[in-house]
Amino acid sequence: MLGKGVLKGMRVTIGRFFETYINDLKYFPRVAAQEAVETRNRADTKGLMTIEYPEQKLEMFEGFRMIPFLVYDEDPENPRCTACGICARVCPPQCIWIERDQTPEGRPMKRPRNFTIDATICMSCGLCAEFCPFDAIKMNNDYEISAYDRYVDLVYHKDKLLRPVEYYAKIHPTEHAIKEEEKREKEEAKRKAAEARAKKAAAAAATKKD
Amino acid sequence: MAVETKERSVAEATTEELSPLAARLEEQFDGAVVADSPEGIVVAADHLVKVATYLRETADLSYNHLANLTSVDYPDYFEVVYHISSTKNGGDPVWLKVRADKADPVVPSLTPSWPGADFQEREIWDLMGIRFEGHPNHRRLLMWEGFEGHPLRKDWHEPYFESEVKPFPSRWPEGLHTQVEERTPFGNNTQYPNGWDPDEWEPVDEMVDFVERVEARLGDNGDGLKTQKVVVNMGPQHPSTHGVFRMKLMLDGETIVGLEPVVGYMHRNHEKIGERNLWVQNIPYCDRLDYISTISNAFPYVLAVEKLMDVTPPERARYLRVIIAELARILNHFVSIGFLFNDLGAYFTPVLYCLEEREFILDLFEMVSGSRMMCNYYRFGGVVRDSSPDWMKKLEYLVRDRLPRTIDQIDFFLSENEIFLSRSVGVGVLPPDKAIQFSTTGPVLRGSGVSYDLRKAAPYSIYDRFNFNIVTEKAGDVYARYQVRLREMRESLKIIDQALDQIEEGPIQEGRKNWQQKVPAGEAYGRAESPKGELAFYVVSDGGPNPYRYHIRSPCLINLTALEQMCLGYKVADVVVILGSIDIVLGEVDR
Repeated sequence: MLGKGVLKGMRVTIGRFFETYINDLKYFPRVAAQEAVETRNRADTKGLMTIEYPEQKLEMFEGFRMIPFLVYDEDPENPRCTACGICARVCPPQCIWIERDQTPEGRPMKRPRNFTIDATICMSCGLCAEFCPFDAIKMNNDYEISAYDRYVDLVYHKDKLLRPVEYYAKIHPTEHAIKEEEKREKEEAKRKAAEARAKKAAAAAATKKD
Repeated sequence: MAVETKERSVAEATTEELSPLAARLEEQFDGAVVADSPEGIVVAADHLVKVATYLRETADLSYNHLANLTSVDYPDYFEVVYHISSTKNGGDPVWLKVRADKADPVVPSLTPSWPGADFQEREIWDLMGIRFEGHPNHRRLLMWEGFEGHPLRKDWHEPYFESEVKPFPSRWPEGLHTQVEERTPFGNNTQYPNGWDPDEWEPVDEMVDFVERVEARLGDNGDGLKTQKVVVNMGPQHPSTHGVFRMKLMLDGETIVGLEPVVGYMHRNHEKIGERNLWVQNIPYCDRLDYISTISNAFPYVLAVEKLMDVTPPERARYLRVIIAELARILNHFVSIGFLFNDLGAYFTPVLYCLEEREFILDLFEMVSGSRMMCNYYRFGGVVRDSSPDWMKKLEYLVRDRLPRTIDQIDFFLSENEIFLSRSVGVGVLPPDKAIQFSTTGPVLRGSGVSYDLRKAAPYSIYDRFNFNIVTEKAGDVYARYQVRLREMRESLKIIDQALDQIEEGPIQEGRKNWQQKVPAGEAYGRAESPKGELAFYVVSDGGPNPYRYHIRSPCLINLTALEQMCLGYKVADVVVILGSIDIVLGEVDR
C-alpha cells in the first residue's frame, strides 16, 4: 500500500507525544518539576527525553572534566603544588605555564609563583590531573565558562585556579575518599615504620648498655 | 636522531638467512630484494610493481589488499612503506619497503594497477615530497597547489614553531604566559615561497585539469552526439554537511561522467603534531580523528605502541576496551544510518531517534572516562579508569534491553520504507573485485560481499574469544551498506553481551603509568576494525620519548578513493546518498 511507511512513522511520533503527557501527569499540577528533569535522561524513560537548559540542568557525572584547578589544603598561599612541572610538560597542547618561586637568594622553592592555564588552548584531556604526584591539580566540572574577552577572561591565573580541598571533595566525592584513604594508609605505614625504627634503636641502645 | 635498523642486506646474507617470503621474491626476481628484516622486505624501486603484482597474482599468497601506504624521512634516505594484506587468507600484512634518494626521491606508482593507492600516493607527495612516477593525477592532496615545502619532512617547521619536540622549554620552570597571536601577528601565520607576492598570484584553475582528465578518459564516447558536458563544483559546504568537503563533478545532463573528491579543508597535520608529542600525549589527539566514534580511535594506537613495548594489559582492561569499542561501533552506525536518511531528504526525523540512543551510549562514556566525546580512555597497558557497578548495571540494561529494541524499531520503520528502497537499491554499486582494488574496508567492503573483518581475519585484543558473525551483503549498493551497518550493530550487541558474562574484577593497568614513556626502538603497525573500516597506526620509534614517525591509515580517506567508481552513471542526487553510505568523517579524512 502506498504511504504505509508514512503511517508507520506517524505512529511513533504520536505514541511519543502521548507518552510524554502521561509521564508529566505524575507531577500534576506542577509542570516539568525538578524530579521530572532527573528522570528525563534515564534509559528507561518513555516520552520526551530533553530538558529546558539553562532553566533546568542535569547533574554532572562525577568524573566529568572541564578545566583544571589547583587544590590547597588550608592556606591559599601554600598550595599542594610543588612546581615540579610534570603537568606543564605532559600537557598535550602545552597550555600550562608555571613559574617556580625563588627564595631571595635565588634558590628554587617548592611552590609556584605564577601558575597560568590558557583555557582557550586546554583540551580538557585530564592528563595533568592523572600524572600529578601530589594530587595538587584536579579537573573542575564547571562547563559554563564562556566569556566576552578570550585574551583576558579565559587566561586563568593562580588566584582564579586555586580552590580549597573542600570544593574538590564536593565535586569528586568518591575519588577524594579513595585518595584520603590512600593517604591515611601511607601515613599509618610511615608511623609504624618510625615506631619499629624507634623500637629497634631502643633495643640497640639497650644491648649496647649491656 | 638516527634510527637503528636491525636488517641484513642481501649481499651479506645467504638465502637461508632471509625470511621465506623474501627468499622466494629474490629467487623469482633477481636483485629485487635489497634487504630483509622482521620489519619489512626492502625492495629495489624498479622491481616494486612486479613484486607487488606477483604477491597479488600468486595463488598461495594472494596479498590483494593494499591496506596502507606511507613514508618515513630517515636521515639518509626516504622510505616508502607498503602494507599489503590478504582478504582471502587474513593474517598479518606483508611489509614492503622502497628506499628513495634524499635529493630527488622518485618511486614508481602503484596507482595504475592498485587504484587504492591513488590518494595515499598523492598524500605522500604532498606531505613528504616523494614523486610517484606514472601516477595519473600527480597533484597535492591536502595542501593547496603552490604551498611551500613538504610538511612531514624533518627539516620543515610550521609557522608557530617553538621546538622540535614537546615539552616546550618555555612552559617550566620560567613559564610566563604568552599568546601565539602576540608573537605572530595576523598575516605572518603562514609560509609562502621566497619572493611570493599575493597580489600577483593567480590561482591555478584546477577545473581545467580535471576536465582534461575526464575528457581524455571518455574519448569520443561513441554516442555520436557532441553534447556539452557540465562541470559542477559541489561544496565545499556539502548539502548535508558531513564536514567541509568538495566534489568536482562532470555531468552529462544529470548523469555523472566524472567525479573527483577534494579534501584537506580541515587538515591540521595531525601526523606532524604527533611527531612533536610525547607518546602519551597522542592519545587525546586520537579522539579528534573520527569525531563520531571518538573513544575507540586510540585503540589501534595503543595496540601499536604496546607491540613495541611488549606489554599486555590485564584481563579486565582488555574486556573494557572491547566493550567500549563495540559500543562506539553501535553509536557510529546509529549516527551513520540516521544521517543517511538526512541525505535522502528525511530531514532530521530518523536521525533524532538515532541520536537519542547515541546519547545514552555517550552517557556511559562520560561516566567511565569523564567526557562525552573527547574521552581519552585508552592507555598503554590498560585503560584510564575502572567502571563502577552502577555503570555495569546501566550498560546491561542498554545492551540487553533497550538497544536491541531500538535496533528492531529502526529496522521495522526504515528498512522497508518505499522511498528509501527506491533511492537506495541498485544505487552506487561497487563490485567486490573493485572494492578490493580500491582498498576499501569496513561496511563498504563487506557491503560488496567481501567477508573481511579484522576482528576475524587477524584477531587483535581478545576478539578471538567471542562468538559473532561477519556481516556481508552481496549487492554492493547503498541499501547493502545500510543493511551491513544495521546487522553489525546486532553482532556488536552479541559481543558485549558475551563480554559482560566473561568480565571479572581485577586490575586495569599493567605496570606503572609513566608520563615520559620511552618506547623501545622499532616499527609497529597496529590496526583495528573501527566502525568505518581498518583504522591503523604505523609508528616508528627511535627509543626516545617522542615518536619518530606517526602515521594514521584513515579508513574514511581510502574509502573515498572508490567514490568516483560508485557514482559513475548515476544522477547528481544520488551522489549525496552514495557519499552518505560511505560514512565519512572529515576529521579523519583530512587529519
